[in-house]
Amino acid sequence: MIRTPLRPLARILSARAKGENPDVIERENLRLRHEEIRDQARSKAEGRLLLVGMAFILGFGAVGVRMGVMAAAEPSEPQSSYAGPAIAAQRADIVDRQGRILATNLVTHALYAQPKMMIDPAGAAEKLAKIFPDLNADQLKKDFTGSRKFLWIKKKISPEQMQQVHEIGDPGLLFGPREMRLYPNGALAAHVLGGAAFGREGVDSAEVIGTAGVEKTFDTWLRDPANGGAPLQLSLDLTVQSTIEDVLDGGMKLMNAKGAAAVLMDVHTGEVIALASLPDFDPNDRPAPLVSGNPSDSPLFNRVVQGVYELGSTYKLFALSQALDLGLVTPTTVVDTQSPLVWGKFRIHDFHNYGPRNTVTDVIVKSSNIGTAHIAQMIGGDRQQTFLKSLGLFAPTPIELVEAPTGKPLLPKKWSDLSTLTVSYGHGISDSPLHLAAAYASIVNGGTRVSPTILKTSKVQQGARVISEKTSATVRGILRQVVVRGTASFGDVPGYSVAGKTGTADKPMPRGGYYKDKVIATFASFFPSYDPKYVLIVTLDEPVEASGTEPRRTAGWTSVPVAAEIIRRVGPLLGLRPEVEPAPDPTLTLATN
Amino acid sequence: MRNFLLLLSLPALMGLIFWAYRENYSTQAEVGQLRDLQTEVGQLKESLGVLNAEWAYLNRPDRLRGLADINFARLGLLPLTPEQFGEVAQVSYPVAQTPGLAPDGTGTTIAALEAAP
Repeated sequence: MIRTPLRPLARILSARAKGENPDVIERENLRLRHEEIRDQARSKAEGRLLLVGMAFILGFGAVGVRMGVMAAAEPSEPQSSYAGPAIAAQRADIVDRQGRILATNLVTHALYAQPKMMIDPAGAAEKLAKIFPDLNADQLKKDFTGSRKFLWIKKKISPEQMQQVHEIGDPGLLFGPREMRLYPNGALAAHVLGGAAFGREGVDSAEVIGTAGVEKTFDTWLRDPANGGAPLQLSLDLTVQSTIEDVLDGGMKLMNAKGAAAVLMDVHTGEVIALASLPDFDPNDRPAPLVSGNPSDSPLFNRVVQGVYELGSTYKLFALSQALDLGLVTPTTVVDTQSPLVWGKFRIHDFHNYGPRNTVTDVIVKSSNIGTAHIAQMIGGDRQQTFLKSLGLFAPTPIELVEAPTGKPLLPKKWSDLSTLTVSYGHGISDSPLHLAAAYASIVNGGTRVSPTILKTSKVQQGARVISEKTSATVRGILRQVVVRGTASFGDVPGYSVAGKTGTADKPMPRGGYYKDKVIATFASFFPSYDPKYVLIVTLDEPVEASGTEPRRTAGWTSVPVAAEIIRRVGPLLGLRPEVEPAPDPTLTLATN
Repeated sequence: MRNFLLLLSLPALMGLIFWAYRENYSTQAEVGQLRDLQTEVGQLKESLGVLNAEWAYLNRPDRLRGLADINFARLGLLPLTPEQFGEVAQVSYPVAQTPGLAPDGTGTTIAALEAAP
């Protein structure tokens, strides 16, 4: 840089010659130099400011653009993370207690049409009607040539049908992937599983929602991706369930019954091992509910859970165990069985006349209504109600089926003294077979309350105590006598020491009164009697055993043989080894301190 | 000194750029491979589901019962009954051979032993 001198000699000399002050020139030059320095510094600072400003604009601009991109972009899953559950099926499987599949999903396709994209709507309609015989060609033609832009043709099609539709080759016929619910065992355990249907439907996928049974109860759980595709394990056993349905179906036909129900329950854990209600249905193709008539005639009706019936003499067990537990009677106490028992306007009869007096054991073994009514009188209505309530007979069962709350027991409107008598032998109170199973399990398992469950568990239920362990043992002995020498003599299965109580109740007419020739025959049993493991309830609706000279309707002739066959077939499947019953030792008596 | 450092940082910068470039592409390749694998896992799971469903369908109790009935002449299968439980004592174990009974080394059959008085 050329520096301008502050005192240029030429100007100084000429100024001196003119007599001026040369310092003015110096000051002027100094001023000019300072101005120049200032301007330079200013432009440098301005340049720096611009640079910093640009940097800030670039930085914030980048942040802003990134935010905008993130806000506007389609959300996508992180690709590099573990993606197990994302691939899992949208609805979990249902399996039995040994992991065998009861319900699963199958990938299939739905067929839809976009008529605006079609090349030959009329021809496509004709060909579609040929592939799917249930479609109407004329209707399709009308839909395809009309103003509609979109229509569903079929909700589920098989791969073969899909190929045939592909071969039509019309670009307006499109497929949407679908996951459909499949019940590979058909009608097996239909009432437990319920069924599923499509909910909201889109082109790319459709919701599958449960419509009944466990599918509906556990709908949220089954669809929850947080479970990672873990199946829902039920307490049912596929082979046992199948055997019971098979035997029950045969028994129902043999006994000319219009319906049948059976439930097998573990007395300690409350697990329902099998639950059968006939007639049944195929959950793959669930029938529509009845719009008129009695809903209990529909195959959809679950007789075990929803059906409340007067279960007859099976209730005598409750009066017996309560009276024994309260110390009112012993098995050898003699009670009055003089027929008929007159109470006000009512007369209570027995099926046969069992003589004027019987021991308590014989009252149960012969199933005397009058004897039981006398025992109930000793107990009294209030204590009876408390006891039945403690067994869960006054409220719907807590089983995890969506239908459970509809199985509401029917109780006498006013609990009169007569109610006390009739309820003691199972009339005037209606409960479901599942109620009975839970109550029997509670009494014979040692006397602690058991609630039925449909989910697999290994936990022994520690319910409230309903009767003492000693009473439970006594009751088991008496009920074994019912099978050995009483009304359920057809129920004996060698090796399994079956015990139980029969119950035959006349069916109530819809307008009051009872039918003379329509009964509900029930056998409530448990086995082995000396160490109960399972409770089995078999109920037949309107059975008639017609092999004899006159029709027989009592449970001893109808339900009991069916139950015995079930136990004979199911015992080995449950891994129960037939055993010789331990003989009661006459020198030893069971005692507790 | 300063110039030397500057000179050294230039090749380092180029090296880093090259490394980042390669990492970027290898990551993208891995992600692509992962996506393919996930698709494959999904397809395999789907076909596993179909196979499981088919297995359950073919092994449904109704069908097995029917097959057992059809093939009764050949297989003689009957439902399990309580009588089929046995004691260990009922199993006829082969009798241990004693060296004295079979000096020729051919051994003695169980039938021969049972036939012997």
